[in-house]
Amino acid sequence: MANDATYQNYYVPADSKLPIFASLGLFLTVFGMGNMFNEMTAGADTTFGTMVLLLGGVVLATTLFVWFSKVIEESHAKLYSDQMNRSYVWGMSWFIFSEVMFFAAFFGALFYVRAFVVPWLAGEGNRGPSDMLWPNYVAEWPMLNTPDPTLFPGAHTAMGWWGLPLINTILLVTSSVTVTIAHHGLNEGNRKKLITWLGLTVALGIVFLGCQVLEYYHAYTDLGLTLNAGIYGTTFFMLTGFHGAHVTLGTFMLLVMLIRAIKGHFKADDCFGFEAAAWYWHFVDVVWLGLFLFVYILGS
Amino acid sequence: MSAIIEEHHHDDHHHGPAKGLMRWVFTTNHKDIGTLYLWFSFMMFLLGGTFALVIRAELFQPGLQLVAPEFFNQMTTMHGLIMVFGAVMPAFVGLANWLIPMMIGAPDMALPRMNNYSFWILPFAFTMLASTLLMEGGGPNFGWTFYAPLSTTYAPPSVTYFIFAVHLMGISSIMGSINVVVTILNLRAPGMTLMQMPLFVWTWLITAYLLIAVMPVLAGVVTMMLMDIHFGTSFFNAAGGGDPVLFQHVFWFFGHPEVYIMILPAFGIVSAIIPTFARKRLFGYASMVYATSSIAFLSFIVWGHHMFTVGMPLAGELYFMYATMLIAVPTGVKVFNWIATMWQGSMTFETPMLFAIAFVVLFTIGGLSGLMLSIAPADFQYQDTYFVVAHFHYVLVPGSIFSIMAAVYYWLPKWTGHMYDEKLGKTHFWLSFIGVNVTFFPQHFIGLAGMPRRIPDYALQFADYNMISSVGAFLFGFSQLLFLVIVIKCIKTGKQATAQVWEGAHGLEWTVPSPAPYHTFSTPDEVNLKEAHG
Repeated sequence: MANDATYQNYYVPADSKLPIFASLGLFLTVFGMGNMFNEMTAGADTTFGTMVLLLGGVVLATTLFVWFSKVIEESHAKLYSDQMNRSYVWGMSWFIFSEVMFFAAFFGALFYVRAFVVPWLAGEGNRGPSDMLWPNYVAEWPMLNTPDPTLFPGAHTAMGWWGLPLINTILLVTSSVTVTIAHHGLNEGNRKKLITWLGLTVALGIVFLGCQVLEYYHAYTDLGLTLNAGIYGTTFFMLTGFHGAHVTLGTFMLLVMLIRAIKGHFKADDCFGFEAAAWYWHFVDVVWLGLFLFVYILGS
Repeated sequence: MSAIIEEHHHDDHHHGPAKGLMRWVFTTNHKDIGTLYLWFSFMMFLLGGTFALVIRAELFQPGLQLVAPEFFNQMTTMHGLIMVFGAVMPAFVGLANWLIPMMIGAPDMALPRMNNYSFWILPFAFTMLASTLLMEGGGPNFGWTFYAPLSTTYAPPSVTYFIFAVHLMGISSIMGSINVVVTILNLRAPGMTLMQMPLFVWTWLITAYLLIAVMPVLAGVVTMMLMDIHFGTSFFNAAGGGDPVLFQHVFWFFGHPEVYIMILPAFGIVSAIIPTFARKRLFGYASMVYATSSIAFLSFIVWGHHMFTVGMPLAGELYFMYATMLIAVPTGVKVFNWIATMWQGSMTFETPMLFAIAFVVLFTIGGLSGLMLSIAPADFQYQDTYFVVAHFHYVLVPGSIFSIMAAVYYWLPKWTGHMYDEKLGKTHFWLSFIGVNVTFFPQHFIGLAGMPRRIPDYALQFADYNMISSVGAFLFGFSQLLFLVIVIKCIKTGKQATAQVWEGAHGLEWTVPSPAPYHTFSTPDEVNLKEAHG
């Protein structure tokens, strides 16, 4: 390889079996999930779909594990130049932007429903069919009485912002601070500080998720607030649910980074994996602040 | 671990492609992946085209002849989905893969393994989508715009697989676009500033940005459908406080930028081809960049013009009408620049140039009918008629698809090392040109006369134009087999192509031999700015 300086500047990996297995895993995952959902809605046996889903999940997870391991190996082997690292930085930034747009769709749906749909259903502007179908419907938010309670029995109480949601806000904001302290530890070359504060961040993420499980349990059992409770339950669970899924992913990413930190993978000038996970964590934190404001405080 | 690393080092430095079929499955090479995308898109083009011919065969005469109405609906739906997501978009991604690294002097795409992943998701996605046609209850039958509640409450069970196929396409597009953006921002050869990039690279940079911004919104809207269908939510059900119109807002917030995703790279291609065959520099390079950016910005704030008749407050109708008309300004700048580039040029009319000129003329016709549709009160008359069908087929077929064909003819010698058969190429062009116009021009008339779209039967007064339209469609469809023959012939034989290929061609890709070596620009050289700028 000494006679060949051609790849000195930018690492172009050789042929790889990873992507095709990742594609296969992804396909099996969604095909299995689709099959499972269809059988579930039809009231039939979901075993086949569930098995395909699990198989796909295993294939995808294994492939991604090998893939990321390989990237870490290549990085340790000093195959990546600064330019290569910039590609990862740009890549992660644009990925987070795409996630922002995903949440934008659901926030947009919430705003549209509150600003237009609910008043129109109650007859504002004499818009014809929407107020003729349910002439007695009165606009309110949170929508506890749906236009047709036989199809969509509304919740009897809305989810307030005091209590668990406020605790969760404090947990997530704190975790953003702790992950930053961990980053400082990394920059100072202080491994103990890095591991301690990163461990604390992961713990806060897990406690947050635990609180969210409690909150959902409370919503279903005490408040009658369900996915089927009309548009209030719909937007509540879809926004907080997708956020929760992202917190789960973010916590998992930070956990992996914690293990890597314990193994001694990071240096102050070589810690992209950690930084990417930290950016992702700040992103889910910011989304939560949006949720806390628009779903909890202004929504109850 | 060190043994594995050694092996990497060894593999990195191989120079030719791997042997055998698995080369295509495992490849990380941008040229191989570009080729895969292009062949895949051509297969989808033939499949979607077959569906179109089923539609045109049924509409050849009034009355119900060949297919049942339910199947006709599945054909209109699948034709649109396959052409948009399977033919046009992957073709542009294939061109981006082949050309962007060569145009900016990069060794490959920025993230080569993810590049392979982006492609190989697609065959799975489209196999799943196409297989819905064979499922119980039939395939998706609600039009490619899949408006709720047709696509939720009243949809066949196969809609679930459609939703997940859209998710796969979205994942593929987002990863592909991140790769394009990162390659352009990070891998330009030293000395190439943004304003020295070829316009094809510029238009793709902006397209990729649009894709990253709106594909997640599409993922969001199909997820809402999935939840409404299987988990009792009420996004699109007014009985629970939701609204079917909400679907249309979210869909078109994706859908309108999507329209530009399918045309901006075409602008880049035409801006490369016209200067070459006019033997002049492109007129108004900077204004082209600004016009493209303006179009991209405007695409986010005009979605409501697809929804004039669904019921919107008057202020909304007026806003969306005027905002939409604004798009004519940057688009006009572009058309003006292309014409000004040709003005007093030493023009020759090889096949790519013929397709490019036809693009300028016919895309402009489609643009002008779009301007007619933007007038809200007039749109109340045009909505859901064949006039709309004529409009968007003029911008997509002699627009996007002609530009893709122009690009293939233009860069094919660089890819294969052979010149294609010029006489056959010109024959293909004239058959396609005549076929497209015979198919879609009469649709303007029957649309204005009131023939609705997506209906398998029609009133007798529309019979003559429908017959002409169907004849044109079969002419256009079967002409594409000639295209296949020309491309295969060019891969196998043909006159040896020079490095520059075309006398008037400028740009880094014309400085490397034809066919381009498997790895180009392994070491980034200082860019020859004159070459880069063209």
